[in-house]
Amino acid sequence: MEIAVKINGEQHRHDVEPRTLLVHYIRDTVGLTGTNIGCDTSSCGACTIHLNGESVKSCTMFAVQADGEELLTIEGLAASVNATDGQMHPMQEAFRSCHALQCGYCTPGMVMASVSLLEENPNPNEQEVRQGLEGNLCRCTGYHNIVKAVLECAQGGAK
Amino acid sequence: MIPAAFDYVRADSAEAAIAALAEHGDEAKLLAGGHSLIPLMRFRLARPEVLVDVGRVDDLKYIRDGGDHLAIGALTRHMDVETSELVQAEAPLLAAATSHVGDPQVRHRGTIGGSVAHGDSASDIPSVLIATGATLVAQGPSGVREIAVDDFFEGFLETALAAEEILTEIRVPKVGGAGWSFQKFNRRAQDWAIVGVSVQVLNGSVGIGLVNMDTKPIRASAAEAALVGGSSAADAAEVAPDSCEPTGDLNASPDFRRHLAKVLTRRALEEAGVS
Ligand SMILES: Cc1cc2nc3c(=O)[nH]c(=O)nc-3n(C[C@H](O)[C@H](O)[C@H](O)COP(=O)(O)OP(=O)(O)OC[C@H]3O[C@@H](n4cnc5c(N)ncnc54)[C@H](O)[C@@H]3O)c2cc1C
Ligand code: FES
Ligand code: FES
Repeated sequence: MEIAVKINGEQHRHDVEPRTLLVHYIRDTVGLTGTNIGCDTSSCGACTIHLNGESVKSCTMFAVQADGEELLTIEGLAASVNATDGQMHPMQEAFRSCHALQCGYCTPGMVMASVSLLEENPNPNEQEVRQGLEGNLCRCTGYHNIVKAVLECAQGGAK
Repeated sequence: MIPAAFDYVRADSAEAAIAALAEHGDEAKLLAGGHSLIPLMRFRLARPEVLVDVGRVDDLKYIRDGGDHLAIGALTRHMDVETSELVQAEAPLLAAATSHVGDPQVRHRGTIGGSVAHGDSASDIPSVLIATGATLVAQGPSGVREIAVDDFFEGFLETALAAEEILTEIRVPKVGGAGWSFQKFNRRAQDWAIVGVSVQVLNGSVGIGLVNMDTKPIRASAAEAALVGGSSAADAAEVAPDSCEPTGDLNASPDFRRHLAKVLTRRALEEAGVS
């Protein structure tokens, strides 16, 4: 089936098999490999992207369900807030300054989930950040610095 | 993992979905938010030959005041139920339980109708519908019918919906400021309940729905009857698991589930103000 999807502001058209998962479409067909796959059970959140501005797990959607919709992946995040070349999104910046990543595998999904969280709740407390990120697993950091980064980003007034 | 191949049909109305189901019979399944069905398909525990996608049927996404009840369209997403001021004010138990479903990403996609139609005993929402005494509305080739929640859940992932019927609306009685409680026991934040309990104080009675205490969502009938007969909350909670046959799995043995049902029912009754 032919689908048309806008990803990071750019229009894509492809013929896909209905059973193609959205994350495989993004990685293998479109070639954007920033979005990771960390599990088979919809649990880890490494595949989190934005669908029409909201966080979703791209491993638990078929590409055909995204037909006609707008997606944002980690590659397009900085440009979505008009960061100039080489500049990062404030959330990415906060992750860096708070040392909120070690191996970095969970980071793209973690950042996308965090941006969506602040869209819905611009001024969360620590508990709300922890709960808001319950769908994202990190095997390295122990979450402490991730929570700190999200709180710092919120306090910086950035989304 | 990648699901088995299937044909994809997109329906733009309830009628179109019913026609597609009628055409393809047992081989077809509806796809709503996909957050129960796609995980099953990825493990090939489900292999429908045709998927009828109702995710774009916007006519079935609404929350309306129906007088004595809230009328919620089956395709309404968990996130929209959870954050609705109308639901928070008139059906606070539903709002609270919904906020415990999975994680934000799951609630951005999963729908109330999918949660109910799937008939999963581990799902949080059916316990709310049992406790509040909700009504389900189904549409099929021969028209629309209403199904009382007590007649809806029939067995393991089995409901009263016929193969060519679609669930269109969930009617949840308005309870205003009456006491309620939702208790969910799990080991990690986003997990399904090992056992859960919904309690709703109603006019002259108390409704108690249990999560994961049988092969299907189930009412704690013995505990409800004990309360009507004048038992204390603590005594009623002791008989909460009486008519249940919980299964054992990695997380809990049947006996541990029975124990949890008692403890959680007592806590829920106390929080709901039932003494
Ligand atoms: C990681 C994860 C964690 C989760 N945690 C929880 C949890 O803690 N608690 C909880 O309650 N749920 C949980 N869920 C499940 C979630 O709530 C699902 O959204 C829900 O169970 C199914 O809704 P859906 O819209 O995604 O349905 P789908 O997956 O699209 O459909 C499920 C079934 O219902 C049928 N169906 C769907 N809509 C209709 C309709 N309108 N009429 C007739 N049949 C229909 C489909 O054919 C299918 O058989 C979790 C899911 C995931 C992936
Ligand atoms: S890869 Fe999507 S949740 Fe793990
Ligand atoms: S930084 Fe390694 S998994 Fe999170």
